[in-house]
Amino acid sequence: MKFLKNYLDRVRPNFEEGGKLHAFRSVFDGFDTFLFTPSTTSPKRGLQIHDAIDSKRTMIIVVMALMPCFFFGMYNTGYQHQLALGLDTFPFWEMMLYGFLSILPKVVVAYLVGLGIEFAFAQWRHEEIQEGFLVSGILIPMILPVETPLWMMAVAVAFSVIFVKEVFGGTGYNIFNVALVTRAVLFFSYPAQMSGDRVFVATGKALGYGTAAVDGYTCATPLGQIATHSGGALELTGAGGDPLTAWDAFVGLIPGSFGETSVICILIGAAILLLCRIADPRIMLSVFAGGLIMGWIANTFETPTYPASYLSPVDQLLYGGFAFAAVFMATDPVTAARTTTGKYIYGFLIGVIAVIIRTYNNGYPEGAMLAVLLMNAFAPLIDYCVVQSNIRRRMRRARINSKTA
Amino acid sequence: MAEKIDYKNVLFNPFSKNNPVIVQILGICSVLAVTAKLAPALVMGLSVIAVLAFSNVIISLIRNTIPTNIRIIVQLVVVAGLVVIVSQLLQAYAYDVSKQLSVFIGLIITNCILMGRLEAFAMANRPWASFLDGIGNGVGYAGILIIVGFFRELLGSGTLLGYQVVPDSFYEAGYVNNGLMILPPMALVTVACIIWVHRSRNKDLQEP
Repeated sequence: MKFLKNYLDRVRPNFEEGGKLHAFRSVFDGFDTFLFTPSTTSPKRGLQIHDAIDSKRTMIIVVMALMPCFFFGMYNTGYQHQLALGLDTFPFWEMMLYGFLSILPKVVVAYLVGLGIEFAFAQWRHEEIQEGFLVSGILIPMILPVETPLWMMAVAVAFSVIFVKEVFGGTGYNIFNVALVTRAVLFFSYPAQMSGDRVFVATGKALGYGTAAVDGYTCATPLGQIATHSGGALELTGAGGDPLTAWDAFVGLIPGSFGETSVICILIGAAILLLCRIADPRIMLSVFAGGLIMGWIANTFETPTYPASYLSPVDQLLYGGFAFAAVFMATDPVTAARTTTGKYIYGFLIGVIAVIIRTYNNGYPEGAMLAVLLMNAFAPLIDYCVVQSNIRRRMRRARINSKTA
Repeated sequence: MAEKIDYKNVLFNPFSKNNPVIVQILGICSVLAVTAKLAPALVMGLSVIAVLAFSNVIISLIRNTIPTNIRIIVQLVVVAGLVVIVSQLLQAYAYDVSKQLSVFIGLIITNCILMGRLEAFAMANRPWASFLDGIGNGVGYAGILIIVGFFRELLGSGTLLGYQVVPDSFYEAGYVNNGLMILPPMALVTVACIIWVHRSRNKDLQEP
């Protein structure tokens, strides 16, 4: 981080009054405050330690970590669209533009609705406006199918911001992950529009750009195909009808929600989060461990009744929103467990429950969302148990010491 | 009774300031169960009003002869008898609705509002006051049921009392009924919204 600070300090004079780049002053200010505000760290003396970081910087780093997934989502949306049209040419910039135009309205609506409600509540309560919606606003379009109708998204965003966040006291007090509750509300309110085989590939025009595919085109996500699979060898197909491999899922060129398909980009995001020490590696690792172990158990006892048990443990991690949930959802510092031991338990159970739901309940092809929400509810209980057991252990030790002394 | 009872308060207090559902938080289970549609909510509300009013009167009439240590059993017998009558009446005259409500009419016996009013009011007051108290609490309960049922049926099914009220042009424009409203969690959220509005209008009810 040091070289960034030095660089910014070196170029600062260019942006001051009279400097040659004065016109771009607001851009510079933006970067400067995102990266280095507040500029205070802990004093040299005293016991407390505090880094020069606040919620604004934390959040902007999460948004930056999401960017690889976001850009890949734009590319993949265009790619799936070309496949749906039956084309075999993939012009890069046109696909990017198509993807950008399909996601743009969703980002705008998510931010308008969410920030509107936050501003209204802040005004009403005479509080400072918090930047809490910065991450949620970009996460929400990324975890939804690309064809989700805008008004449904707006309703769900409003519901979850009001009932999960604002009534509990605003940013930092939400009991569940706001973005995931938005998805859950959509999933349970409008099941026909939020799952199945019509919503995961963009077929229409994006803001008037591109070509509309033939009516009635359908393509399910890999997990959706598995859940409805019956008899015969399990063969996954992509939007063009060609077979899919685990490599496709790793790269991310598969149908799915906008930002969740590419495991490579999610890993880049994870690296950014871990390097900046925003997310906790304990949670990420234990989610993956839980998923692998439960995936292995399910795979060992494979049965035609539950077709998802045919997936190998590694495939369980590659398909669907598992990796995205592990990296960006489970690590949400507000709703995750806080104690060190608690984080391992919390993450491990998310991984296990996600695979249990997607394997043993054919009604829900993807379990990562429900698993994270469920463990959000249990995180305070886990913390309580960890703290209590620690107190008990130390009490026992104190008693032994006082006896021997 | 030494103190004089204000009949008006007895009747009207449970409507808002002392509402059994949104202030005392009683009878929530039946609010969740029967309010997915408006019609069963109405019938359930009427049934509870009738059972509550008459059981209050009966208990109030015999309150001085009930031995204290078996009073709960006596109250239950009275309520159960009235519930059976209501249930039979519904099966005779409104069979479809009674099928929809199924066990919930029977479960009026376990509705906390009934036992609460019998214990707290009918055991200590004259029949006329008890009757008004029963009507008041019943209406307070039914009112909440109807509000919740109204919103859940309107948003969840696009109908009211079975008649479609959301115009077809909405559906053609892409409007879809909200499936979550029919699921029980949304009944809780709707009740919570009513409580929210009610408390913000009645500051004296707000907990510190």
